[in-house]
Amino acid sequence: MFSKNKIKSLLSRPEFSALAIFIFLIVVFTFVNERFLNSRNFMVILSTYPELALVALGITILMISGEFDLSVGSVFAVSPIVTMILIADYELHYIVSILLGLLAAAFIGFVNAIVTVKFKIPSFIATLGMLFMARSIAVVISGGFPPSVPKDLPTDWLVGRVDMLRVSIFWLIGIALICNYILKKTNFGSWIYATGENKEAAKDLGINTFWVKTTCFIICSVLAGFAGIIQSFRIKTVITSLGQGLELQAIASAVVGGASLMGGIGSAFGALIGTFLLLIIDNILILSRIDGNWFKFAVGALIVIAVILNTLTKNSADKIRLKDDD
Amino acid sequence: MSKDLLKCSKLNKWYGNLHALKNVDLEINKGEVIGLIGDNGAGKSTLIKIICGVHGLDNGEIYFEGHKVNIKNPKMAMDLGIETIHQYNTMFQEMSIARNVFIGREPVKFGLSSLSILNEKKMNLESMKAIKDVGLDLRSPHIPVKELSGGERQGVAIARSMYFKSKMLILDEPTNHLSVKETLKVLEYVQSLKSIGIGSIFISHNLYHVHEIADRIVGMARGEKVCDMPKEDTTVNELIKLIG
Ligand SMILES: Nc1ncnc2c1ncn2[C@@H]1O[C@H](COP(=O)(O)OP(=O)(O)OP(=O)(O)O)[C@@H](O)[C@H]1O
Ligand SMILES: [Mg+2]
Repeated sequence: MFSKNKIKSLLSRPEFSALAIFIFLIVVFTFVNERFLNSRNFMVILSTYPELALVALGITILMISGEFDLSVGSVFAVSPIVTMILIADYELHYIVSILLGLLAAAFIGFVNAIVTVKFKIPSFIATLGMLFMARSIAVVISGGFPPSVPKDLPTDWLVGRVDMLRVSIFWLIGIALICNYILKKTNFGSWIYATGENKEAAKDLGINTFWVKTTCFIICSVLAGFAGIIQSFRIKTVITSLGQGLELQAIASAVVGGASLMGGIGSAFGALIGTFLLLIIDNILILSRIDGNWFKFAVGALIVIAVILNTLTKNSADKIRLKDDD
Repeated sequence: MSKDLLKCSKLNKWYGNLHALKNVDLEINKGEVIGLIGDNGAGKSTLIKIICGVHGLDNGEIYFEGHKVNIKNPKMAMDLGIETIHQYNTMFQEMSIARNVFIGREPVKFGLSSLSILNEKKMNLESMKAIKDVGLDLRSPHIPVKELSGGERQGVAIARSMYFKSKMLILDEPTNHLSVKETLKVLEYVQSLKSIGIGSIFISHNLYHVHEIADRIVGMARGEKVCDMPKEDTTVNELIKLIG
């Protein structure tokens, strides 16, 4: 038998409702469409998954720290464009070019942080501004037409096929494990949660909340940039509209995965499940030949349902009071 | 070696146009309890926030153990040995008791200073020990603070300051929302600090409590210090008249 203790700690995990919905939908979708649960279909789902999940993971970490980033979709384009320009026009080594592409993302994250934290502007506004500025930079530095991905560019280490999967899924798993470890097992992780929940108290207890938030902004931006590079390597082209609209999808994934807009709550695992949920809903609509415009409806409904469920399970977890014998 | 622990001279603080501290002097000896009293808005919290590094100082000087110090942030105050229990809630509801006790000063196994692996075993053991030491009986270090009562939370805050065995302890209305029994525990705790040479500032609106535990009583009104005397020289009734 499960002890009350175990049930309670399971219910109070931020990603619990997402996981419940996930299992529920997998079962339902399997009945709705027999092609859903076949391996080829999952391969389709998983091909774009690492890219979206990395962005959602970054957003989740930032949300735990109590901030928010609308510019990830634009950063998703800036990093690969910078990388390709450096490879094609400046003939830099591709690894160096990728690192510089990520550095550009880090810089954008840093600017977001300075504007938000130093000038005490809501990150919603600061990063809305950056959404436009970064997209504009992506277009301007490439003259509207970024160089094409060179044929001989080694891409296997990032997006090569392994059986039915792409290597990028292993990058995602590795990065997610590291993020999870940092969040749960290190002092910095503790400070992220503390800063997100009660910034003033965190500051008064000696935590440098400015650097905690700045680091989270940078992590979020770099993960978005890296995801953009993965996508451009996978589809072997870079266009200036890469990642357009991605920010809302990533935020939806983070929220569905249990991250709280108020800060202080969320998990790396939640971001992974949240992203997967969005993708399987998209997938079942396509499989069932339902008008694609229903996707937004479904995502909207999912967000609301997941958040309601989150609140309900959290409340019931709080109600389970442990007695001494548990 | 002097007995002087903290000496503040001519502290001034403005919040915009509001002159919240006007040339305030304050001295605390080792093992001494200062009772700090005054009406709402008198400037008590402002004074202690300057000492513990939460607010900057506009002008004035602070000496700690005889040395002039420039306390720029809470971390510097803590490093000097000044622990503070604030008037407002400094607990993190979603985090466990153990995490709350050690937040910002976690024991670590290895790593770089700001990115190190937590020594959770030590955190769990020591936090429970610290909580027992303040007379609180909580079952597990894993319980999230949101499940504790107001008094238990205050107990955790006190355990936190106690664990880091400071040289000086500041308590800003620590007995708010506490039951009679728990209040007594806090008072007893402050008393016990005297014997180990820790100086403390105890802020409260309950003049009976202040009179009971303080060695010296400092009264403030409208940003100024209006009285500073050994408690033997005064009575509760006189204090009521003085600041009321
Ligand atoms: N951060 C701040 N910004 C602006 N004004 C402030 C700030 N903090 C306090 N004040 C003002 O400074 C004055 C002194 O406030 P303070 O908090 O020091 O009073 P207090 O003596 O602690 O009162 P209480 O007993 O109600 O806690 C008040 O008039 C208050 O409104
Ligand atoms: Mg006060």
